[in-house]
Amino acid sequence: MAAAPELHVHEAHRESFWARYVFSQDHKVIGIQYLLTSFVMLLIGGALAMAMRVNLAWPQSGVLQADQYLAAVSMHGTLMVFFVLTPALLGGFANFLVPLKIGARDMAFPFINMLSYWVFLLSALVLLASFFVPGGPLNAGWTAYPPLSALPQAAPGSGLGQSLWLVSIAIFCVSSLLGSLNYITTILVMRTPGMTLGRMPLTVWGIFLAAILALLTFPVLMAAGILLLFDRHAGTSFFVPTGLVVGGEVIRHTGGNPLLWQHLFWFFGHPEVYIVILPPMGIVSDVIANFARKPIFGYPAMVGSMVAITVLSFLVWGHHMFVSGMHPLLGTGFAITTLLIGTPSAVKTFNWLVTLWRGKLYFSTAMLFALGFISTFVAGGLTGIFLGNAAVDIPLHDTFFVVGHFHLVMGVAALFGIFAGTYFWFPKMFGRMMDERLGRVHFWLSILGVYGTFFPMYYLGLAGMHRRIFNYQAFPYLAQLQPVQVFITLSAFLIFLGGLVFAYNLFTSLANGPRADRNPWRGTTLEWFAESPPPHGNWPGEAPRVYRGPYEYSVPGAQEDYLPQWLSPVEAGVEVQH
Amino acid sequence: MAHGKPAPSSEGTRNPLERTAGSGLSLGLLFWLFMLAAVAATLYARRAWWLPPLAVREGASIDRLIEITLGVTGAAFLLVHLLLGFFVIRYRTRGQPRAHYFPHNTPLEVLYTAVPAAVLVSLSVAGMVTWSRLHAPPPPDAFLVEIRGQQFTWSARYPGPDGKLGRVDPRIPQPFNVDPQDPASKDDVTSSEIYLVVNRPAHILLRTRDVQHSFWVPAFRLKKDLLPGRTTELWLTPTRTGTFDIACAELCGVGHYTMHGQVRVVTQEEFDRWLGQQAQRR
Repeated sequence: MAAAPELHVHEAHRESFWARYVFSQDHKVIGIQYLLTSFVMLLIGGALAMAMRVNLAWPQSGVLQADQYLAAVSMHGTLMVFFVLTPALLGGFANFLVPLKIGARDMAFPFINMLSYWVFLLSALVLLASFFVPGGPLNAGWTAYPPLSALPQAAPGSGLGQSLWLVSIAIFCVSSLLGSLNYITTILVMRTPGMTLGRMPLTVWGIFLAAILALLTFPVLMAAGILLLFDRHAGTSFFVPTGLVVGGEVIRHTGGNPLLWQHLFWFFGHPEVYIVILPPMGIVSDVIANFARKPIFGYPAMVGSMVAITVLSFLVWGHHMFVSGMHPLLGTGFAITTLLIGTPSAVKTFNWLVTLWRGKLYFSTAMLFALGFISTFVAGGLTGIFLGNAAVDIPLHDTFFVVGHFHLVMGVAALFGIFAGTYFWFPKMFGRMMDERLGRVHFWLSILGVYGTFFPMYYLGLAGMHRRIFNYQAFPYLAQLQPVQVFITLSAFLIFLGGLVFAYNLFTSLANGPRADRNPWRGTTLEWFAESPPPHGNWPGEAPRVYRGPYEYSVPGAQEDYLPQWLSPVEAGVEVQH
Repeated sequence: MAHGKPAPSSEGTRNPLERTAGSGLSLGLLFWLFMLAAVAATLYARRAWWLPPLAVREGASIDRLIEITLGVTGAAFLLVHLLLGFFVIRYRTRGQPRAHYFPHNTPLEVLYTAVPAAVLVSLSVAGMVTWSRLHAPPPPDAFLVEIRGQQFTWSARYPGPDGKLGRVDPRIPQPFNVDPQDPASKDDVTSSEIYLVVNRPAHILLRTRDVQHSFWVPAFRLKKDLLPGRTTELWLTPTRTGTFDIACAELCGVGHYTMHGQVRVVTQEEFDRWLGQQAQRR
């Protein structure tokens, strides 16, 4: 294991404002830039969701036109997946935490790291620009299936808005590659002496595996996006078959196959779900161990199940295509792999529960969100057993049942992981504590809101409500479900309100929060050994060494109820076997 | 390395960790309340917001699988929320001594790996049986009908007395690319209305002339995408007469929400009479 490169720490103090906070190569500043950008995108994506919810509850209200509704659907999905969950986790927390938690002074390639953030910001700006072009943003949904997304005649948003979306996603893929390579390299070669892979905190494991997934799948999306751009602007026909007539116009493309897009998109798209859930699984594990004052139960099984999820996640993409017309034999194969991937998730859930058993639980806001994660992950994950089983998927496919499922299991759960992480590491990021009272208000609004919003969507789906419809009044059996839609919209307002409380808390705590010491939560991992906030280079003196596993809480015979990783056996006065 | 030592927790001012001790009672009760609300809402939903009454024979095994999966996942949901609520209430900080140091227990871990794996494999096998049956070749007595989607309407094409649908070639610049030279196309009947025969299997070919659509009749359970450039298919046997709503289940453009249609399931006599009228009208 290479020793961390020596860094001239005194130089950090001479950096100008621009070098220090804007074009910074410090992994912590870049992490915070990513995280704050994601929160801004969350506000936009959330506002779009509110507009859609008003429209669904009161279809006559006229908040949105039909094409604006589709633009909102598409941009909400794109923003939340690509510009909130992915960059907050594999950008925000990955940058801030990886070097601090493994005892490195910075990332392996600090300049590339800075570049990845600015490329990311560029992709976000290109995407947002599509709000201001003729025809508006894309209409084809975040999955952008051709020919709808390939032919400008097919929808108003299939013009310039769709092209900007493709360009933005391609740029985003570049940024993601720069980041993933950096995380993988840093974790593999820059761990401090004693930090073996088997002693890595689960957050680092989650980020490591998510980075591997991102490295191997984003290029496929990028290739697909560029092929679609060629179809749109260079006269190729990768995805558009012969003989289509759209809007009375005979389309000149010949010989393409729209199913190819679905395969390429979901080969990326399903691993993407795990890219945004593996890091929160790690964050939640760290938080639960800390606030239950117990070792995480079954650490090897926790790592093993994350590795199993990573491997299997490459073999399940076809469950998005059970009714697409692909060969039925593929449906059988993908159903088996999809249900198998439920097993490691079950193992993780039970491990978290056993970690709580006979613990000494402290209910910080971080802990509330971590426990909320377990509940929503289970309430959303279990319905995956319906959708992953090809035959059962047929009636539920493309209905609100699916919308409820993925929002709970990956949207809300990942977001709760992000909130838990923010409350937990805010003191380390800014040297101040967040307001716990406002934090509890945020949590209670959020948890009541998400239960009320997403659980009833299962019933809508079973009753036949299909997705992405601007207005359901044409369907008599859907019109009678309007009271459920009203209930969902009112619940969704609670979530948004909670988000505003969070934003207020974030900014007031930044300015006025009580000062945090090095280790306010009495944690065991290396970031708590650094000052709050840590200086550029993280440790002014020598970097810490690691003597034990990451979760040695309540060790019998130890003086305190936690044994930090950096404490030598002599200082600790007791040794454990892990 | 004095700053590396854990600060004694008995210092005068309480540290942030201890200030968060609070009470987990409300959180534990919330998890239990959510559990009860989910059960109550599901029981109510089964009467008000559930699958519409089934109208095809092949849907019965899907409905049965849904019930079985609901039982299995419901049990897991209840187990997790019961334990989650109980642990939160029981082990909230109330001046108890240290937490129990319990990092491993192999038998327990093997148990809760093996049981979910066995349940999931069983469910996928049960699903596979139904899936294979749905995708078997249609019964020999099935009659052929082509259902067509375009932005944003549904229509149908029936073979005439020859029982054959006219050939399709994407290079032919006709709507839906039907070859007018093919003799089999001469007696084909196209209609904006879709009729099926009760108790007689229908072999449905699905085609689109523009973007992707998805043919879905909630009362039939079955759903299949209309894939540009290809013909997809499904077959089913309506079990009762009546009118059933069609929805397009795949986003197909601005009018996606208006792409509503109807299937009329009638007796063989009524069907023959209707088809005869359609043929004359042509």
